Amino acid sequence: MFRRQTRFLLLLFVMVAVGPADSWGTSKSGPFHLGRVATPDEIQAWDIDVAPDGEGLPAGRGTVKEGAEVYAEHCASCHGATGVEGPGPALVGGQGTLASEHPVKTAGSYWPYATTLFDYIYRAMPFVAPQSLTSDQVYAVTTWILFENGLVDKDAVLDRETLPKVRMLHRNGFVPDPRPDVN
Amino acid sequence: MDKKTGKPTPAEPEPEVSIYESLIATRPKEPPTRRAFLTGATSLFGAAAVHVLLAPFLGHAANASGDPTRVPGALATEYGRRSPFERAKRLTKPQRSRTPLQDLHGIVTPSALHFERHHNGVPLIDPAKHRLLVHGLVERPLLFTIAELKRFPSTSRLLFVECSGNSGKEWKGPKGKTAQEIHGLTSTSEWAGVRLSTVLAEAGLTPGATWMLAEGSDAAAMTRSLPLDRVLDEALLCYAQNGEPLRPEQGYPLRLLVPGFEGNTCIKWLRRLKLVSSPVMTREETSKYTDLMTDGTARQFTFDMEAKSVITVPSGGQRLKKTGYVEIRGLAWSGRGRVEKVEVSVDGGKNWRTARLQAPILPKCHTRFCLDWRWDGGEAVLQSRCIDETGYRQPTRKELVEIRGTNSYYHYNAIQSWQIDEEGNVRNVQV
Repeated sequence: MFRRQTRFLLLLFVMVAVGPADSWGTSKSGPFHLGRVATPDEIQAWDIDVAPDGEGLPAGRGTVKEGAEVYAEHCASCHGATGVEGPGPALVGGQGTLASEHPVKTAGSYWPYATTLFDYIYRAMPFVAPQSLTSDQVYAVTTWILFENGLVDKDAVLDRETLPKVRMLHRNGFVPDPRPDVN
Repeated sequence: MDKKTGKPTPAEPEPEVSIYESLIATRPKEPPTRRAFLTGATSLFGAAAVHVLLAPFLGHAANASGDPTRVPGALATEYGRRSPFERAKRLTKPQRSRTPLQDLHGIVTPSALHFERHHNGVPLIDPAKHRLLVHGLVERPLLFTIAELKRFPSTSRLLFVECSGNSGKEWKGPKGKTAQEIHGLTSTSEWAGVRLSTVLAEAGLTPGATWMLAEGSDAAAMTRSLPLDRVLDEALLCYAQNGEPLRPEQGYPLRLLVPGFEGNTCIKWLRRLKLVSSPVMTREETSKYTDLMTDGTARQFTFDMEAKSVITVPSGGQRLKKTGYVEIRGLAWSGRGRVEKVEVSVDGGKNWRTARLQAPILPKCHTRFCLDWRWDGGEAVLQSRCIDETGYRQPTRKELVEIRGTNSYYHYNAIQSWQIDEEGNVRNVQV
């Protein structure tokens, strides 16, 4: 009898020791004790995404004039001198075409959030040298693209406060998936 | 029948002859002699190429009689190769390649022929240095090595992956020629790894975590936001495909796989999962993988790949050389579950017969269907339609376009029509 009780208590102890994390609150490991806690520096090095409310935008700022220089040096060879010529995707124009037979989807006509423009350029552009531009350069070229699309004025200075406030033309143009919609 | 688009123009090149067709339709009456065999192969590959390709198989017996039972064969190899007589290959462009559906059998796509789509090349990643970061709205932000991820309880499933842009050019008319060219951005593999939910439980979700941003470590740092309530049950973090580690173009050493969802959500070269309370609205889920309707609105987060099917034999670019028996073969699948039934028409949709489904019939997986047919040498229009376990029936092109117009580019799943003319040539048409 005593031995059975001892075995039960021992089993209980083992179950608690390897049990779910919840059983001992803010533990440093989960149920399988795999992985290790990431340091704030490790997280910061990869945490580059920018949300529509501006969460994640880095320090820095840029103007239309600065953006024109960045664009000419790093972007024009793919997207064309004024952002419409290509051969890469058009960045400018297309307003009023989305409901036509030949829609032109650009940052100006289609993208719903200015923050997405910053996020994408910062993470993936220029195509041949992604993540090579500084925050200031990305703010600047974002400002230039928005200006060319008539979405900010010539004297605009965009930073983590002002960029999320830019009103995009197609902001309310997206709808949830209604499928199945056929049959 | 659209005669304008259905008829070939005089400048159109001869249709490509498929492996299947060349083996079946031109089969010689007598078994080929070695000389005839090599001559045929020579004309295909060129003499020098044949020498190189066949050398490992010929051993020291290059001058022998040609009867493989009278000469020792090749020795064992560490990592196998297919026969040098097999030529099925992907159709490549710099950032994508398409699976040769018309050349495959059963449901599994060989890893080397699985379609690819990447947004700035295939990265070269040392698995020993790769890490997965899980952070955001979690109790503990955790970093995992690949070795640690492999220690979690493992699981595997046969699943299709289809690019939402598959068949996309067909919105604007019958643009592609072959099954591969039109529908080759879908493939099936056995995917093995650990459940997403297991890894997230290790980090501990906190209240408010309703979406998850997944990010790749490719040069596009590809990102998608996914609703947790739709992915937690089934999503896998995969490190293996068809029994071996993932191919580089499939995300080596780690990819996300969300069964039934559009391929771009299955982030490859996965390095980061961030738990958030609303979608991050990345470029891929705003400007790219959204479906533009005729009124100028765009559908967003259109994850499900709806039921679809395609006849792969006979299919565009092939030619029936003889009348008589033909086994019509094809693939059907649905991102919402199992294939319930496939129906086939040989008269452009007037009459339908139920096809045989080959086991296994698995949810969110390619399913092979077959139907016996006798070609009488006359014109025919072959079609297949998939009905899935939810009761959804694959629509006709007319039904699809009536609702969505022709600008949406993604999620084209209309019934495919193959026209066979009196010479046996098979062409893509829209009826």
